[in-house]
Amino acid sequence: MTNLSSMTSLSNITRSKGDPKVIHSGPRSRGIPESLARGLGWFSLGLGLTELLAPRRITRALGMEGKEALVRVYGAREIGSGILSLSVDKNLGLWSRVAGDGLDIATVMTALRPDNPKRDNVVVALALLLGITAVDLIDAQATAVRHSRGAGRKRSYRDRSGFPRGVQASRGAARDFKTPSDLRHAPPLAAVSKRIPAT
Amino acid sequence: MRALVWHGKEDIRCDTVTDPEIEDGRDVIVKVTSCAICGSDLHLFHNFIPAMLPGDVLGHETMGEVVETGHGLNGKLKKGDRVVVPFTIVCGECDQCKRGYFSVCQKSNRKKYLADKVFGHTTAGLFGYSHLTGGYPGGQAEYLRVPFADSTVQKVPDGIPDEKLLFLSDIFPTGWQAAVQADIQPTDTVAIWGCGPVGQMTIRSAILLGAEQVVAIDHLPERLEMAEAGGAITINFDEENVVERLNELTGGEGPEKCIDCIGMESHVTPSMPDTVYDRAKQILLAESDRPHVLREMIYVCRPGGLISIPGVYGGLADKIPMGAAMNKGLTFRMGQTHVQRWTADLLRRIEEEQIDPSFVITHEVPLDKGPEMYRMFRDKQDSCIKVVLKP
Repeated sequence: MTNLSSMTSLSNITRSKGDPKVIHSGPRSRGIPESLARGLGWFSLGLGLTELLAPRRITRALGMEGKEALVRVYGAREIGSGILSLSVDKNLGLWSRVAGDGLDIATVMTALRPDNPKRDNVVVALALLLGITAVDLIDAQATAVRHSRGAGRKRSYRDRSGFPRGVQASRGAARDFKTPSDLRHAPPLAAVSKRIPAT
Repeated sequence: MRALVWHGKEDIRCDTVTDPEIEDGRDVIVKVTSCAICGSDLHLFHNFIPAMLPGDVLGHETMGEVVETGHGLNGKLKKGDRVVVPFTIVCGECDQCKRGYFSVCQKSNRKKYLADKVFGHTTAGLFGYSHLTGGYPGGQAEYLRVPFADSTVQKVPDGIPDEKLLFLSDIFPTGWQAAVQADIQPTDTVAIWGCGPVGQMTIRSAILLGAEQVVAIDHLPERLEMAEAGGAITINFDEENVVERLNELTGGEGPEKCIDCIGMESHVTPSMPDTVYDRAKQILLAESDRPHVLREMIYVCRPGGLISIPGVYGGLADKIPMGAAMNKGLTFRMGQTHVQRWTADLLRRIEEEQIDPSFVITHEVPLDKGPEMYRMFRDKQDSCIKVVLKP
């Protein structure tokens, strides 16, 4: 039973006869926190685009008419977070999502007033926001721990000179090497000085 | 067989793949006994090098034993030979190979049309380093097919452990060429940015070639410690101003030779605002490379000095101070390493115990731990500097 992605299967077809082709995928470098960050990154991009392109739908659903410009700004922010979450700097992206979640919650809370006919929608939106904030927070912490430089042993490499005869004895040990003519540069000052006759 | 396979950004897997087969008379199949993860593999891990495809086998630091040969080798290689496989695939016959410029071999890139389009002219085929350089499967695997094997591989003697020889495939000749092309003189101060594996080899090469002062720049304590053990004066850029310290060490004149062992992924930190700027542009796909080190080298290098660049750059870099470079009359030398030009000489230096390149190995693990080690190496966890994989 194969577990290959369609892209891998497709690229198998393009390979020459003697090149290895993937039969079965094994252990991978990307863990759950990284995969989740990618999912959240794509979610950010989708939500951000929706906020940018259709802010009126969102404000109408939440009874927040008149706040379309603000929703558009939040959409741009969301896209920024998405791009960061999909990049190598995913942790920065995830924390920016957490900060963004805080802003979203604070903004949606303002619509929780008793006279808002869409109050029920606001409650659902707040519940969703709290849920996604929890996911963002957990993933931001998980990726921070997983990629922390502090993980593992602190080792000393003080004895790793690489010179079996010691550093001092090795200084200039390759003087027998003649720099090829195509790689020569300006001569050292001492060599030039010798050629200048004393006045 | 098992192999480390690229599936996308930060997604490397230890997959089961079909065994490689001989395609040409000059091919051999090598049973891999040791291979390593290179710092430049991290550019692939981060998907900064274009033209990778899911399913590409990674790895370009490999050695092993010849187990199958093509029919066009004229007896130059036979089953049972122990070989180091340089990362550059070379035909040995074209004009560039004849000049010793093996990394720009005109014939070995089987996807020449791509390289011609992107670089203007093709460069050599490389193992496991994108379809721009031929899309050749790499050696982080149990078996590797080596094209143009008679001119590509370096035969090595029995009796010396893999760990001492493996780095003839890349990082040792790369560090050596970085130092050699700087034409180091006994009065020179050589400043080396980056104390990763290539930086460490460059430091040792500069010491062997007799530089007066070797200065190593990084911010990771364990790497600086290893650099110091190799005879370098160290600068921790988190604690000191690099330009001020280099000027101080050279009587205000600046180092004669500056070597960039970092390449396209300079460290990003708010204390160096240009690195944040570069990272932001890189995320927005407005720039592919982060050239902070180039900027700093050009600024601090002594007028009339030389800048050597073994670090890998992949595409476009922004805000390079060409005015300073031009007015100071700096010489630039760069390129992928012409590995085959140096391997025989460096093998002799290992045999004569001038150097033991195994000092750089910090982790040795089975091949199936490879995906996890990519992440650990990238995150610099567990004081990781160099990972060797045993298939």
